[in-house]
This record gives sequence, C-alpha cells and structure tokens, in this order.
Amino acid sequence: MRKLLAWTIRWSVLAALVLASSPASFGAAKTSPTALDYSAFGRKLSKEEQILQAVNRLTFGPRPGDVEEIRKLGVKKWIDLQLHPERILENPALAGKLEPLESLRLTQADAARNYPNPQMIRAIVAGREPMPEDPVTRAAVQSVLHRVRVKRDMPESDPLDPVTPLEDLLSRDQIRALRNGTLDEKRAVLAAIPENKVDDVVIALPPGLRFQLMPAASAALRRKLMLMNAPQQLISYDLTEGKLLRAILSNRQLEQELVDFWYNHFNVFLDKGADRFLVPSYEREAIRPRVLAHFRDLLEATALSPAMLFYLDNWQSVAPNTQRGGKGKQVRGLNENYARELMELHTLGVDGGYTQKDVTEVARCFTGWTIRAPRDGGGFFFNERVHDKGEKVVLGVTIAAGGGKEDGERVLDILANHPSTARFISRKLAERFVADDPPPELVARMAKTFHDTHGDIRAVLKTAFTSKEFFSQGAYRAKMKSPFEMIVSAVRATGADVDFAFPLGNRLTQLGEPLYRKLEPTGYSNLGSEWTTSASLLARMNFALDLVQNRVPGVKVNASAYEADTAGVARQILFRDASPETQAALEKAVADQREKNPNQAARPGWIAGLVLGSPDFQRR
Amino acid sequence: MQRTRRVFMRDAGIAMFGVGLAPGWLTRACAAEPAGSRKKVLVAIFQRGAVDGLNVVVPFGDKRYYDLRPAIGIPAPDGSLNAAVDLDGFFGLHPALAPLKPIYDSGQLAIVHAVGSPDPTRSHFDAQDYMESGTPGRKATADGWLNRALPPDSGPHSPVRAVSLGTEMARSLRGPNEALAVSNLNDFKVRDPVGSDLYESMYGASRDTALSGTARETFEAVKLLETLQKQPYSAANGAKYPNGRFAQSLQQIARLIKADVGMEVAFADVGGWDTHVNEVGATPVQGQLANLLANFGESLAAFCRDLGDRMADVTVVTMSEFGRTARENGNRGTDHGHANYMMALGGGIRGGKVYGEWPGLAEEQLYERRDLSLTTDFRDILSELVARHLGNPKIASVFPGYAGSGFRGLLGS
Repeated sequence: MRKLLAWTIRWSVLAALVLASSPASFGAAKTSPTALDYSAFGRKLSKEEQILQAVNRLTFGPRPGDVEEIRKLGVKKWIDLQLHPERILENPALAGKLEPLESLRLTQADAARNYPNPQMIRAIVAGREPMPEDPVTRAAVQSVLHRVRVKRDMPESDPLDPVTPLEDLLSRDQIRALRNGTLDEKRAVLAAIPENKVDDVVIALPPGLRFQLMPAASAALRRKLMLMNAPQQLISYDLTEGKLLRAILSNRQLEQELVDFWYNHFNVFLDKGADRFLVPSYEREAIRPRVLAHFRDLLEATALSPAMLFYLDNWQSVAPNTQRGGKGKQVRGLNENYARELMELHTLGVDGGYTQKDVTEVARCFTGWTIRAPRDGGGFFFNERVHDKGEKVVLGVTIAAGGGKEDGERVLDILANHPSTARFISRKLAERFVADDPPPELVARMAKTFHDTHGDIRAVLKTAFTSKEFFSQGAYRAKMKSPFEMIVSAVRATGADVDFAFPLGNRLTQLGEPLYRKLEPTGYSNLGSEWTTSASLLARMNFALDLVQNRVPGVKVNASAYEADTAGVARQILFRDASPETQAALEKAVADQREKNPNQAARPGWIAGLVLGSPDFQRR
Repeated sequence: MQRTRRVFMRDAGIAMFGVGLAPGWLTRACAAEPAGSRKKVLVAIFQRGAVDGLNVVVPFGDKRYYDLRPAIGIPAPDGSLNAAVDLDGFFGLHPALAPLKPIYDSGQLAIVHAVGSPDPTRSHFDAQDYMESGTPGRKATADGWLNRALPPDSGPHSPVRAVSLGTEMARSLRGPNEALAVSNLNDFKVRDPVGSDLYESMYGASRDTALSGTARETFEAVKLLETLQKQPYSAANGAKYPNGRFAQSLQQIARLIKADVGMEVAFADVGGWDTHVNEVGATPVQGQLANLLANFGESLAAFCRDLGDRMADVTVVTMSEFGRTARENGNRGTDHGHANYMMALGGGIRGGKVYGEWPGLAEEQLYERRDLSLTTDFRDILSELVARHLGNPKIASVFPGYAGSGFRGLLGS
C-alpha cells in the first residue's frame, strides 16, 4: 500500500498530463484526484523564501554572501539586473582562469588547424599534412600515429623523434617526489623545471603520471600534459573547463543558465566529425551573444552555423538530382534531418501542426545552405548551384519559384512568428525556470509576451520572473537539480577554490550528464524527473562526500570553515534550515560517531558532505 | 542443476547477511516460499536512431531492392563476406552479423521483417517514446511497456528485478514497479560505508517522496549487489565481448542473470544508427553501418555464449524506432522511414526462420511510396514474449489500447 501511494505521488505529474490530454484514461495510468491541482501556484512565499526562490532559479545556487546581497538590493532589482548581464561587473577572477583555454577563442579554421583531430591524424598518416611544429603537439601526434600504425600493422614510415629519458632531465629525488611526494613537493619540482626543458619532461613522463600531476601543474603546463595524453580531447577539455568555470565563477549567472538552456535547445553533439572543432565557435558566436535577444536572431544564428549545418546534415542536402562536380559522378539529394528537427525541436514543437510534406518543403528551402570545406573549418556558404529553385509551400505559405538563400530565411520568419513556436518556447522556459509542470495560464501569458514582442526572450523571461506563479509554493523547491546544477551549486555553496575544473566534468559524466555530449538533438532534459535514478543518486552522494574531503582534484574546500554544530553547517550549505528529517539524521550521525570514537570530534567537512548529498540539496 | 528459488533465497540470505540480518525483501521472499524454478528473464535491446533494417536483413530475393539502392545495396549471397549471408534463399544477414548465423542455424534466433510501430511519425523522439511506452500515438502514457510487463502477482521480489543499463532510467522501464538504473555494477555503492548508512536513514525519513522512493530501491539493491561486487567476473565458455558500452551492458546483464539475484527484465540500448550520410563506405559492406553491426553482432553472440545453458531462461528482443527510406538518399545514406526488422534470441525461441509477411518494394507497395510497409505490429511480438516467456497474460494492461492480432508463434507453447 505504501508503495502504491508513493508511486501515485511520484507519477501524479505525468498522470496529470494523461488526464489533460485524454479523458478516457486507461490501465496503468492511476491517478490521484489532486493531480490536476495547480492551487499551490496560488500560495505566496515569505520574503525570505522569495529570495531563495530567485537565487536558486536564476543562478547555479547561492555562494556565501549572495542571499545577503540580494536582500540588500531587493529581489526585483536583482532579477532585473540578471536580465541585463551587461550591467553586471564580471568577476575579475574569471578572465584569468579562462585565459589559458586557447581553443575557446580560436576561429573554427584555426581550431581545425591547430588541434589534432581524427581528420588531421588521418591526413598526416596519408602524408597529406606535415607534422606539427610545436614539440608537445608533435610528440602527441607521433604517439597517436604510432598506436594507429601498430594497430593496422603498418611500418613506421619515418622514425619517431628521440625521447630524452626522464632520468636525464630530472634528478632521482625529483622523480621520486613527482611519483610519491605531497602536492606541495610535486608543485615545487614542476615549478623548478627550466623553461627549455618543460616540453621534454612532458614528453618523457609516463601517461599515468601525467594525469596524476595535473593538480600540481600550472594551467599552461596542465594543457601540455593533457595535449600529450589525449591530443584529440584538448578542445573538449577547454570547453568543459570553460563551461564549468563560467557557471561557478561568473557574476552574470542568468546568462550562464541561459547559455546552458539554449545550447541544449539547439543541441550539437561534440563527437560528430567536424563538430569536434566547430563547437567552440558555435557556442561563442551563435549562442552566447543571443541568449536574451530576439528568438528569430538566435534561430538564424544557429541555422547559419557550420556546427549545426554539419550536425544535422543540412550541409550535404541539395536539390534532388543535382549532379556533383568533380570526378565521382555521384548523384546527391535532399536530406530532411535539419528541416524536421528545426520544426519539431527548435520552433513549433512536435504537435505544432506540421506534416511530412512540410518537412520535405522546408528541406527544399534550405538546399544550398552549406559549409565551405567543413573539414578545414570553413564558414557558412550559400551554394546557389545546388539550391532547389522550384516553388514550395510551407505551412500553407507559398514561397515563389526562383528564390535563393532567402527561401530559408523566409522559413525562419514563418516559424519564428508561428503561434506554436510562442507556446512551445514559453512552455520550455517555464519548465526550466518555474516547474516541471508549469501552470497553463502562466505559459499562456509568456506566449502572449512572446507574440507581442516578436519573440523578445528577455521580455518573456521577465513575464515569468515577475509572475505570482514564480513566487509561489507550487514552484518553491519544486525542481530537482540536473547533474550540472547539482555539481556547480555544491562548488558554489562551499565557496571552493577551483584551480581546474576538468575533474568536475568527469564527475558530471558519472551523474549522467557528460557536457557537450548529448547525442540526440533533444539536448539534455529540463525536467527534474529525468534525473531521479539510482545510479545518478549514488553518484551524487559519492561526489558530495568526496568534494568536502578534497578528493576531487583541482578543487579545494576549506573544511575547517564549517562549525561543529550540525544545524549551523546545514545553514551554511542550504542557506536555510535543513528539513527536520534531515536535521535529525545529521544529529544521529554525530551522536553515532561520538559513541564509537568518544575522543574524536566529528569531522566538520564530513557533515557538510552529508548535507550536500541530502535530499534537501538535490532541489532548487 | 536446477536450483529452486526457495533454496537460492535461503543460501543467498545466509551467505550475504547471516541469519537474522537479511533485508526486508529477502525475509519476505523466504516466508512466502515462492514455488517454481529460477526466473525467466526478458532482455530488451533498443537500437536508437532507426537502424536501416533493409541493409541488416537484406531482401536480396526482391529485385526491386537493388533498383532502390544502387550504391548502398548489400550484394546477394555468394558465399563470401562481401555479400549477404543467406538465411532462407530470400533474406540474408548483413555480413557483419555473421557471428549470429550459428545461433540462427541452431534455432535460437528468429527474425521478423516489416515489423514496427503503426504510428506514422518519423520523429526519432516520438517514435522511440511510442515504442518504449508501448502505446503508439499516445503521448500521455507515463510508464514503459517493460515495466508493466513484469508479472503483477509474483509476490515478494528482488530489488533488482528490473534493471536499466546506463545512468538514465530507460523510458521502457519507468513505471509503478521498482526498477534500477545501473551504469557499472562495481561502482553501484556509496564508497564511504558510514556515509552510506546515514544517507539510507536520511532519505528513508525524508518527506520528499520521489527521492526517498528512489533511495529506498537504491539501497536495497546496493546491499544485494555487495556480494557480487566482491567476486571478479570472467565470461564463461570462452566468450569474448568486444569493446564498447553495448557489450559492457550485455556483459553486466549476463553477470546479473548468472548471479541469481532475481532479475526478471533488463534493458540496454545502443545508438548511432541514424545513417543519413555515408551509411556505407567504399563498398556497401563497409562503413558506418557495417562497423556498428559488427560490434552489435559480436556483443550478442558473446552474450549467448557466456550464458550457455542459461539461455534456456532468457529471451532477448531487439527493436528500433522506425526503419529507413527504401530508396538510398543522395549522401550514400537513408532517411527516416517506416517498418523495420526485429530479432528474438533465446533457448525457447523457435528460430532459424524469418517471420512476417513481405510487403514488397514496388512503388505502390511502399508506405507513402517511400518506406517499407508494415505487416506486423511490434506489439504482436512483444506481447507474445510477455505472455509466454514472462508468463504475464494481462496483455491489455501491458499494451493498453492494443487490440491484438495474435501471436506469431515465436515461442513454443
């Protein structure tokens, strides 16, 4: 019975959808009579709760001091400021931390040229490309080549550069310290290596030791170690590092939330071919500058981006029966992939009222939207020769024959202004920022703002953030944190010092959200219910305890900052009191420990870890 | 050697926890004295991205196939591995699936062609959702068919009776019955033992019902899997799993089956089948699809070999959200289509046969003049496995709204 009840509650939200869409509910769709009840969205929050609600939704969780600052400024003013990130002074520490992440600033062409990727390696194997100049890149590529040749049973065509043995570069004591020394000893050895020997040392170190030394290395040296160990992962390393550092450190928190939201809305999978080096410029140039702009502009920026054109195959879509130039007389044709996802996921939503015929017609409109030399990081290019110049009818609108690139732009106009798009985008934003199942009236008001302002994202969000539903018991702590939100909020709550963030990215993978690696165009879910699984829960608990005991490399928590009393520690982490049940469990933890080891005080860091892993911290 | 469930429960209870320390579900199970032998297991496999069934189970006997696919068609069998592997003189397997041919010949592998969901959608997301919920066309279904497929009145059951491989809980396994998401059996624990106990009581007391429910299931399973984690696993009968996540998933399922921990259903998925571009390489039997299929076939073959005689209790069924266009597209690939193929493997399967009526590939025989038409509803196949393998006769609640057009006789009755 208990199980049935628990289940009924767990699934009541989804059951509500069952009822809403089909009165003749069936079989397993048991439901409670309160399932359709949105009355909790009419119950107000206290002043203090309002602050916590705002800070938990517009940021990746409060840092020490944030709540006081918002109280001083006033919630409304603070929200308005977050909606205008350009008026917020950025955290001066952030720029310095981002500085070494070179690939995030490169043009796509330079990223393609300067970072070893599978295409480049293949080209070097085939002798079409020369070996890189930079010694570490060169050694890294050579070691990859060596592995490829061994695997394929190929002869070594040119001898490997000689590697100076570690013993000739460092003393025995230094090598011993690198292997078994304390973090400070390792740091001292690495710092003492003369500049002209650094590359040789990086090349000579065994791969396992390179990883172990990362926490002791400077940011520049760390990238060399990373490059040598996994040259093809360097862009992924920079992206992960950059995304986590911004989410943790930026004062423009809503902007970071929105970059995550829109990147997932217009998802591109990092590991698909050329997207390995197209993603940095995609996020930097198409997404980031437009997260609060007009939806139409954001939509067009993604439509024109090489990353998206490549990911959803539009770059290869041509008018039916176009003859390909060059030697292979291959006939190419229409590819519907982008056209379909554009309507289903980017604009109208799957129920937005389009047909298979519309998909084909939209695909015809976008023929010729391609990339110049994608493998070399070329940019957008409209290829008139392969464009379908015939007449098309999209959602009942006739697009006259004889058009060019503007056919695609016309489609973007039609889609961006469609009422289904206003509803679909509004609902998705409400799911992210208000509740998994937001009240329909709120979505309708947001959609109206969308319509009235021609898709001004800032205005739509303002409608949400000033609504009574946003500041209601129905929304308060109603959202389960995504893995990204959980990990970032834990680092922020503890005020941890982040030297490098990549190990946090590995933890994210264990929690179920490897960054930039959602293969499906849906992106990661905004619904908390998606993230409540056994594997993810255990990974959260392990992360919580490891973080505060400084077992996550690159991140340092000052455990002594936590008071001895459990209620105080809970408030330091949660910025409010723990629930009575959690508080009781924490007290029992301390009592048990005292009984077992009467002479040893409870470790404050450990209690903080238990709070980070508690049910209270998993919600925002 | 047949061990009764009762003996297993007693042994396991003593071995793992000592008398008097057995967890709730185990004491309940012992007290209830469930009759019968070890559990039947149904393993569902989802090929996400819509695998190109016409190049997996090749209708080389249909001349139209080569008209529609001049560049990417798999050549008719010629005894070599550069052509289809003949199954029955009309259909052939993609040569990369050659490791499955001995299983087909032994009668443990059945194939169904022109099967799928009757819903016309060509959206991956919707079609996967419909297939996993088991209710084509109904978006509102909250839970998955494999969860509902669990026999309803089987009494006390193991916390690992339903296992979804991966960090995310598969849509197919969501629902009222307890189900577990496991990405790696060995990591399935809180590493700090004191912390583990504390979290268990903290979540147990929590009024956050969603989280406390998941946590209760999690910790029961953690205790059960503790013993298993202490023993290193090696595959039996010389089985060699290839690299990759899918093979890992199957190996972990085999491990759970052999450990007799009460698993009844399992789910694993494998992605990458959305071959719009360069589905084939320099020749039709090379390239993306061939690579994916090689790993897929080797994984399944290793699974069957590893389980050996235990396959008598196991049925594996594969599915994919929809098929791909009958015609190749301009990029040596195929676009989203309609009907597809399914496979069923297991000791009880009447295999060595390709089931289903062949609709033909002539223009007017194609669905919307572009895709393979559907002659078998995927629920015809799944409902037979649910009823005859899992022993759950309540098809109407597993597949609500499904009228049922009868079993295809994949399982001996």
